[in-house]
Amino acid sequence: MQFFGTTEINPSPPAVTAAGNNAHMMYIFNRNGVCLLYREWNRSLHTLSAQQDQKLMFGLLFSLKSLTAKMDPTSADKVNLGVPQLPGQGCSFHSFRTNTYKLSFMETPSGIKLILVTHPRTGDLRESLKYIYNLYVEYVVKNPLYTPGTPIKYELFNTTLDQYVRGLG
Amino acid sequence: MAAIYSLYIINKSGGLIYYKDHGTASRMDTNDTLRLASLWHSMHAISQQLSPVSGCFGVELLEADTFDLHCFQSLTGTKFFVVCEPGTQNMEMLLKYVYELYTDYVLKNPFYEMEMPIRCELFDLNVTQGVQKDRVALLGR
Repeated sequence: MQFFGTTEINPSPPAVTAAGNNAHMMYIFNRNGVCLLYREWNRSLHTLSAQQDQKLMFGLLFSLKSLTAKMDPTSADKVNLGVPQLPGQGCSFHSFRTNTYKLSFMETPSGIKLILVTHPRTGDLRESLKYIYNLYVEYVVKNPLYTPGTPIKYELFNTTLDQYVRGLG
Repeated sequence: MAAIYSLYIINKSGGLIYYKDHGTASRMDTNDTLRLASLWHSMHAISQQLSPVSGCFGVELLEADTFDLHCFQSLTGTKFFVVCEPGTQNMEMLLKYVYELYTDYVLKNPFYEMEMPIRCELFDLNVTQGVQKDRVALLGR
C-alpha cells in the first residue's frame, strides 16, 4: 500500500461530477478508536445510540481490515487473523457497497481513519477523502487550541466540510 | 494470472460449506478459511445494522487494495462470495450461476444433508468449468 507521498499540501478539490446531496454521514476516528468527528446529513434510520453506532463502525472497519489482510490473494506471507497491524501494513480496503449505501474508507499513516457513507451509486471517493483529510490537517491539526485525541468542535471546519460534501457527485 | 482467486459458500449460520481455490499466491489452510468465512458472515450482518436508510441486505462488493470481493446472499441466507482481481466484471452473473448449480447439483441430491459441507463431484466439476475465464464472459446473458 502506498501512502500519498506525491500529493501536494493543498490540492485543489477533485472535480465534482454532478451536484447533489448524496452523502449520508461521515466519521473520523483516531488510532485509539476515539470518534473525533461524527456528522450526518441525511440519515433516516437510527438503530443504535450514537456511541454504540460509532463503536460498531470502528469494530467493523477493524475486522474488515484483518479480513482483507488475511484474504489478500497476491501475497504469500501473511500474519494470522486478528493480529494487530500498523497502518499501511497488510492489504487494506478502500470501499464497500451494499444495496442502500456505499462506505469509503481511508487510513492515514498516523492511524486516523476517515469514513464517508454515501449513496451506493457514487463513484470512487478516494481523492475526496484525501481532500477531506487535508481540510482536517488545515483546520484542526494546525489549530493551536486543539488537543489531539479530543472530539473536533470547530465551526469553520464543520461548515467547510458540509459545503464540500454537499457538492460530491 | 487468474481473474478469479477463490470461491466460498457459507450456510445461514456462517459455517463454510464449500471453498475452492483457483490460484491464490498462498493456499490457506482449512482453519483459516473457516475463520474468514465466519468473520465475513458477521461483517455482513453488521453492515446491515449501520445502514443510514432501511432495507439494507448487506455488503455486495468489497473493494480491497489487491482484490474485489463480490457477495450474493440467497433468500434462504446462504451466502456465495467470490474473490477476484480488482475490476473484474460479470461477477454477479457468475454468483447467480453458481447458485443455480448449487440448487441443481447439491440441493436436489438426496444424499446431501442441509447446511453440511458440500461433497458433490458434479457440482465441483461444473463450478470449476463455470469459473473458467471464457465462461464468465459468456455468462452475460
